[in-house]
Amino acid sequence: MKPKYTIAVTGLNNTDNPGPGVPVIRALREAKEFDVRIIGLAYENLEPGIYMENTADKVYQIPYPSTGSDELMQRIEYINSKEDIDVLIPNFDAELFTFMMSERKLKEMGIQTFLPTIKQFEERHKSELPEYGKKYGLDIPFSKAITNLSDINNIQYEFEYPVLVKGKFYDAYLAYNPAQVTEFFNKISVKWGVPVIIQQFIRGTEVNVVALGDGKGNTIGVVPMRKQYITDKGKAWGGITLGDENLIKITKNLIEKTKWRGGMELEIIKTHTDKYYIIEINPRIPAWVYLAVGAGQNIPEALVKLALGEKPEAFKSYDIGKMFIRYSYDLIGDISQFEKLSLTGEL
Amino acid sequence: MKLKKNIAVSETGFLFDPNSGESFSLNETGKKILQFLKEEKSENQISEWFVKNYEVDQATFENNFNDFITVLQNFRITE
Amino acid sequence: MKEKLKYERPIITKINAGVTDKFGMRAKMPVISEIDGIPVKELINKYGSPSFILSEQTIRKTYNDAKRAFTTRYPNVQFAWSYKTNYMNAVCKIFHSEGSWAEVVSGFEYDKAISNGVPGNKIIFNGPDKSKEDLQKATNNGSYIHIDHFDELYDLLSIAETSEKRPKVAIRVNMDTGIFPQWDRFGFNYENGEAWNALNRIMMSKKLDLIGLHTHIGTYMMTPAPYGVAASKLAELAVRLERKFNHKIKYIDMGGGFASKNTLKGAYLPGKDTCPTFDQYAEAISNALINSELDPNEMPTLFLETGRALIDDAGYITGSVLANKRLADGRRSMIIDTGVNMLFTSFWYEHEIYPAKEVSSHSEDTTIYGPLCMNIDVIRSVIKFPLLQKGDHYVIKRIGAYNMTQWMQFITLRPKIILVDPEGKTHIIRENETNESLTSLEVIPEHLK
Repeated sequence: MKPKYTIAVTGLNNTDNPGPGVPVIRALREAKEFDVRIIGLAYENLEPGIYMENTADKVYQIPYPSTGSDELMQRIEYINSKEDIDVLIPNFDAELFTFMMSERKLKEMGIQTFLPTIKQFEERHKSELPEYGKKYGLDIPFSKAITNLSDINNIQYEFEYPVLVKGKFYDAYLAYNPAQVTEFFNKISVKWGVPVIIQQFIRGTEVNVVALGDGKGNTIGVVPMRKQYITDKGKAWGGITLGDENLIKITKNLIEKTKWRGGMELEIIKTHTDKYYIIEINPRIPAWVYLAVGAGQNIPEALVKLALGEKPEAFKSYDIGKMFIRYSYDLIGDISQFEKLSLTGEL
Repeated sequence: MKLKKNIAVSETGFLFDPNSGESFSLNETGKKILQFLKEEKSENQISEWFVKNYEVDQATFENNFNDFITVLQNFRITE
Repeated sequence: MKEKLKYERPIITKINAGVTDKFGMRAKMPVISEIDGIPVKELINKYGSPSFILSEQTIRKTYNDAKRAFTTRYPNVQFAWSYKTNYMNAVCKIFHSEGSWAEVVSGFEYDKAISNGVPGNKIIFNGPDKSKEDLQKATNNGSYIHIDHFDELYDLLSIAETSEKRPKVAIRVNMDTGIFPQWDRFGFNYENGEAWNALNRIMMSKKLDLIGLHTHIGTYMMTPAPYGVAASKLAELAVRLERKFNHKIKYIDMGGGFASKNTLKGAYLPGKDTCPTFDQYAEAISNALINSELDPNEMPTLFLETGRALIDDAGYITGSVLANKRLADGRRSMIIDTGVNMLFTSFWYEHEIYPAKEVSSHSEDTTIYGPLCMNIDVIRSVIKFPLLQKGDHYVIKRIGAYNMTQWMQFITLRPKIILVDPEGKTHIIRENETNESLTSLEVIPEHLK
């Protein structure tokens, strides 16, 4: 008989800018080697995953990480006392830090996680990427974090136009000359503060990779994908798995050198001369992870096994040419569900 | 002070305003006041009841009551 | 007669469907009903509302935590209490009794340290403002003078001509440690060679005893790594001095700037989650020094001047709600008796404020104003706060640093400062101001009498 695990999952916001929670749950429900009871953890009362059928068995609201890790852990402790959680999978960028620093507390409650270390998390920040590239021997486009406009003159001979002018967290503009850099610098620094990152623009095709590292340097799963259509928010609407061996090599190399622990998504630009530049490293499973499941690699299932201390075998292959197409769907709820969740924080 | 007709408050203190589609939550005392307003009790009756049943003096209650009514008006729950 | 029910102000709050609410689900706000075992109510009844409360126990514990973090990683460590952070004499004396030297930045602070019984040779004299008289006094007392600029260096050279004692000096060095903003207004710059130039001039003059190197890289440093960079750069200067002049310095002073656990305005995660611990700072600094080319048999003493991180947690304000008010747009506001004149740090922190008695889980979005008739007097612009009534008590946490030195007498009089000793006894360590104490400094010209 298959064992049954209770798994708590965040990121139930399956909206037009989706979180990975619902696809992760879907993958876990299809796990070959265990059954699951899913505890959805929601920050907001209209996250679609709360109301979707065959998704979460039970949903609890949790306080935002901005309230403080103590408050969040108290809530998790309460939920755990009712549900006896085996594994917790956080899926939001903004909550990762808090869960990472609470790893030990969770473990004491008997809840396993499988997250990157704080060091792994910190050193791949956008403004740190060039250092990261140097340290691990990866191709990163020339980029420099600048804190004031005069710095642009100091680095003008180090790159060629056009360049991307990027904010610390969000926003990116393409600039063709110093005047535009100045304009975008001002625009971004007002909104997101400094530093502003100047990154060499690389012409080519953007490809993405979802991967899972076991924390010892081994790659358990890796599937590359190209977005076929993106929404005006820059999110994938459709995508297709690729058979590019180089992408797999790059990912395995990165995981080996950094001893990456947990899920990750790489954003890579492939140039017309077949060079590969890493432009971003996201320290979690992406929302399109179900494509990897459909192509033969149930990465969330393997992640749960790693979290439980098992040693899952690395996936050896995946189907090339598998596609995903996102769609929207109106499900019907009732004010009474909303009432219950809003007033009791449970549904 | 009159509440809009089709406003209903549940046992849990949840209020759904079908006119606007907005939802609200109330604490115990807020819920009680809304019930009284629904029964069209006067301010004096409500105040008397509270002073009798709760650890509160009349001045404090009336001050809080008026503030509460201002908020109800702000949310357009009253006529 | 039957028992009356517990009363809570009636409220109704809108449930925002799906909209990202920065505050998330309702969490019941914790209560601070006592400080070191003494009920807040008792403190307010005895000493008035508002008042500042300091916990001696917390000061000593925090100091020893910091000391342990460094002494377990580095052979010789010396703390110097940063007077400007909190120079109440009682506070200074607690730090001195734990073994802290004094770190002062003006003639006023210098004299305060002396009158607190600190021997002259345990005072570090920092800052850009030292008069010639100050420098002479510090030289005579054998204090450690940290030179900020060349004009000061020349003053010292001229003092050395006529003094019996040789001035004991260090220079303050500023540098690029990869942080923004880079502090370059104090001391001599490392990268452009100014610091090395100053050191050469000191050594060549043969009139000053160069005993240390000092830096202070910034304030509220949220990451420990820049301290490592700074320590490496100072170690490098020390090694160069030894090679060129065969001269060993006695100490490296890493200054202060350690963050406390307060949350800066605009930060997403609370400070208590993100601010580094003493261990993290100590790790960065000790590693850099130990891994440098400094002679392992004669490592310089590591001086630390951290202020904020040592005292912030020990301070509280206890006070009362003056009024609740509904603003024109329906928002709730609460007026308390602590204003920005007393709580200077509210300009950059989202201060933690708690009710002093048990509350329900209901709360409202609230703006908390101070009592001043001034628009800028805002303690928290938006906070989910429980339903306190006029006269109810509150406690503001983590206010021990800078407020008792940067506060100002404005509109109202400044209140008492109370120290709770480790036995739980309370002591007034500064009386509240009175009309008399303030006007005693004023002089009315004859024609206006």
